[in-house]
Amino acid sequence: MSRVRIAHIDSLPVDRGVAAVVSGEYVAIFRLADGELAAIDHLDPCSNVPVLARGLVGCVDGTPVVASPLHKQRFDLRTGRCLDDPNVSVRVWRVEVIDQTVTVAAEPMTVAVEPPAESAA
Amino acid sequence: MERRHVLVVGNGMVGQRFVDRLVAADDGGEFDITVIGEESRPAYDRVALSSWFEGRSEADLSLVDASFVGSGRVDYRFGRTVDTIDTAAYTVLLDDGTVLGYDELVLATGSFPFVPPIPGHDIDGTFVYRTLDDLADIKRCAQRDGCTSGLVIGGGLLGLEAANALRALGLDDVHVVEMAPYPMPAQLGEGGGRMLARWVDSLGVQLHCGVAPDHFEAGASGTVERLVMSDGTEYPCDVVIFSAGVRPRDQVARDSGIDVGERGGVMVDDTLATSAPNVWAIGEVAVHRERVYGLVAPGYEMAAALAARFTGEPGDYAGSDLSTKLKLLGVDVASFGQSNAMGDDIDEIVYNDPVNRIFRRFALDAATGRLLGGALVGDVSGYELLTAVTLGQATQPDDLPAYILPASIRPPDEGTLPDGALLCSCNAVSVGTIRGAVAEGCTTVSEIKEATCAGTSCGGCVPGVTTLVRNELQSLGVEVSNALCEHFDHSRKELFALVRFHRYRTWAEVLSNHGTGRGCEICRPTVASILASLSNGYVLDGDQSSLQDTNDHHLANMQRNGTYSVIPRVPGGEITPDQLIALGLIAKDFDLYVKITGGQRIDLLGAQMHDLPGIWQRVVDAGMESGHAYGKALRTVKSCVGSVWCRYGVQDSVGMAIDLENRYRGLRSPHKLKMGVSGCTRECAEAQSKDVGVIATESGWNLYVGGNGGRSPRHADLFATDLDDETLVRTIDRFLAYYIRTADRLQRTSVWLDSLDGGLEHVRSVIVDDELGICDELDADIALHVDTYECEWRATLNDPERLSHFVEFVNAPEENTTPVWIQERGQRVPA
Repeated sequence: MSRVRIAHIDSLPVDRGVAAVVSGEYVAIFRLADGELAAIDHLDPCSNVPVLARGLVGCVDGTPVVASPLHKQRFDLRTGRCLDDPNVSVRVWRVEVIDQTVTVAAEPMTVAVEPPAESAA
Repeated sequence: MERRHVLVVGNGMVGQRFVDRLVAADDGGEFDITVIGEESRPAYDRVALSSWFEGRSEADLSLVDASFVGSGRVDYRFGRTVDTIDTAAYTVLLDDGTVLGYDELVLATGSFPFVPPIPGHDIDGTFVYRTLDDLADIKRCAQRDGCTSGLVIGGGLLGLEAANALRALGLDDVHVVEMAPYPMPAQLGEGGGRMLARWVDSLGVQLHCGVAPDHFEAGASGTVERLVMSDGTEYPCDVVIFSAGVRPRDQVARDSGIDVGERGGVMVDDTLATSAPNVWAIGEVAVHRERVYGLVAPGYEMAAALAARFTGEPGDYAGSDLSTKLKLLGVDVASFGQSNAMGDDIDEIVYNDPVNRIFRRFALDAATGRLLGGALVGDVSGYELLTAVTLGQATQPDDLPAYILPASIRPPDEGTLPDGALLCSCNAVSVGTIRGAVAEGCTTVSEIKEATCAGTSCGGCVPGVTTLVRNELQSLGVEVSNALCEHFDHSRKELFALVRFHRYRTWAEVLSNHGTGRGCEICRPTVASILASLSNGYVLDGDQSSLQDTNDHHLANMQRNGTYSVIPRVPGGEITPDQLIALGLIAKDFDLYVKITGGQRIDLLGAQMHDLPGIWQRVVDAGMESGHAYGKALRTVKSCVGSVWCRYGVQDSVGMAIDLENRYRGLRSPHKLKMGVSGCTRECAEAQSKDVGVIATESGWNLYVGGNGGRSPRHADLFATDLDDETLVRTIDRFLAYYIRTADRLQRTSVWLDSLDGGLEHVRSVIVDDELGICDELDADIALHVDTYECEWRATLNDPERLSHFVEFVNAPEENTTPVWIQERGQRVPA
């Protein structure tokens, strides 16, 4: 699968998101304090406004999440699942660092994310 | 020094009080004092007159020591009256032909009882109730053989006392006739008056209200025997007492060409001077600001003010408060403030208990909720506080309605409600259901909401639910957690103390030493706010950048379509034409929607994130700075135009508002802060709806704290009065610093005050009396803020790195094309 170059890893702020354009779509990419990278849709499905990259990151029971800056719904950065509304989720994009450059797969992951059955965290 | 002769006409309670005060203050013996008294004895306590019937002697009631009378310090002339005053010659003519000169003449002639012109009112056996001689006559008449019935005309305070006296004199059949529909209408209003009537009935006095006497008839012996009413009803009366009010004794003033009021009384100004030179009037004979006082306390105040004026400490008399508390026939009765205020602009809170014969009514200003006055019958508990509130000497309690209840009755709180009681009426959730949920493990209100739906509709029961949950947990022995979130076991207040003590400067330090995990959208902004309050550095430096909500992160408020608003600071609402033009041009160039905010600023809406630096560069170039509309920080200080322009203004409210806004701009706090400054008591800046409200007075500023608008509007509490500029600012400094140190996250000042044990009084003890010994620290907190303040937008624009995150997409130059716009009333708004 082809990859889209986003930016040099050092230019991404820690524990915050940035937005990028991937295949004509808006993607929110997060660089977490422990080095983990995550990418989900930038579009907040609850408000239909592209703002998720501007939310605050954190964790719930060890799971990294971002909270929408509009109405604070939290999204699991690994699965895209909305913690506050089981009927809502965002797509997850594969993100990888290649030669210090952050890249995102040109297509979102199609794998259906496991439903709420809790994973061991 | 030239001696002055002060002549006092009248030796009642007020006249004597004036003499006492003048003698006490006259160290140098400047004054020769002569007193003319009509009665044969020196002044006595007329308020306690009825106690003479209970055995108190004339000597007990006397207000003047016999030794003082004999000392010669004052020349008393008893049994004399003044016929005329020659105000040109400065002399008076006494009834015995004596002429006395004076330098200062004080009229304290008091009042005389009004006897309604009912035919037969002068038959033998009718009396007034004013002097010891009157009482002696009444006693003699009532105790004569065959006297069994008595009647009082007038159901006021004195009339009821007189009726009680007749009972005490052994009369079985005592009637009180009152023309008004209930007793004491002016003081107690209808509800209070009717309740008092119940008491009077229970005491064996027959009270007839709303009736009209026609004439008295004498019996065979020539003394009064019955009163015939206009409807033909007859009441037997072997003795009659008139107690239908008093009239000022102003005849000598009238005869001497001194101005009197339309309804009688000698007219005085605020210095208590009459229209004649060096002639003064005090007490019940005086009309001050069109008012005649029938109580002794105002007379005493006048006496003190005039004596002070004579002895070189002139202070005006500005009128008196009429609040009174007394025991009437053994019944507690009180009225305070505008006790009987009624009308469309008055709200009332009423407690009416006919079983225990208790009536309590509060009159409130319907617009402001301020307590104006009230009447209390049968239970006067709270009178002192309530009076102080109406006089502005005490802060109005938030739970004022609770004070309507008699002291013997305490309101049930949620902790003692029965299980069947409905707490959330929207969702029909009972107290028992919530207790059950707590028993099954719910420990927070949000868990209760989830488990029972209580408080999820209108939310009105949430405070009750909160109290209930806390009480239940405590009774179950569960420690109530005030932890911030799953990542910190501490409350904001504790965290603040920790950060301050350890001097942490970064999120990483705070999290690794006191928290767990990665934090969240609750603890991150909280720590950001604490770090900002304590160090006042640039709020996006270091790892603080990762803590800020998008508003703080982009120094602008995100709107519902993802665009931002721009609000420059307009201190005190004052803006120059050039700045106004600059904002207009910026709005045109960036196609921004323009709206005036409630805080007297200008809001430019619809800015794309990447345009923010360009917009702000132009705002800063126009001489303006960040308004911190995006932060939990001081927002605005609203002001009226004040004394600079306004006809009514008494202080420069705009100047003060600008000073305050520039002092606290950018001060990060647990919640947003708003202030207001009004230039006079008309309160055009609506300062009482702000966290900090300042209202100008003639002599300084009144400070109010803890107000807010929003979902649950709350008027601010009066915290301090007549402060000078310096004290005002210092008090606000400490109030804010203490709030910032101790409030919970997102807790506004009003809620914070309510949450404190002791509330406003506690805050006063800390920031005024310095009981915790931290005022120096609080002062230093604000001093650091003032010294290190920097406009965040100017700091951002000057640093390319800080500007770097204002890009829409890190890998593409394109703009966010999502917002869809429409035109509304000539401006661009979200579709």
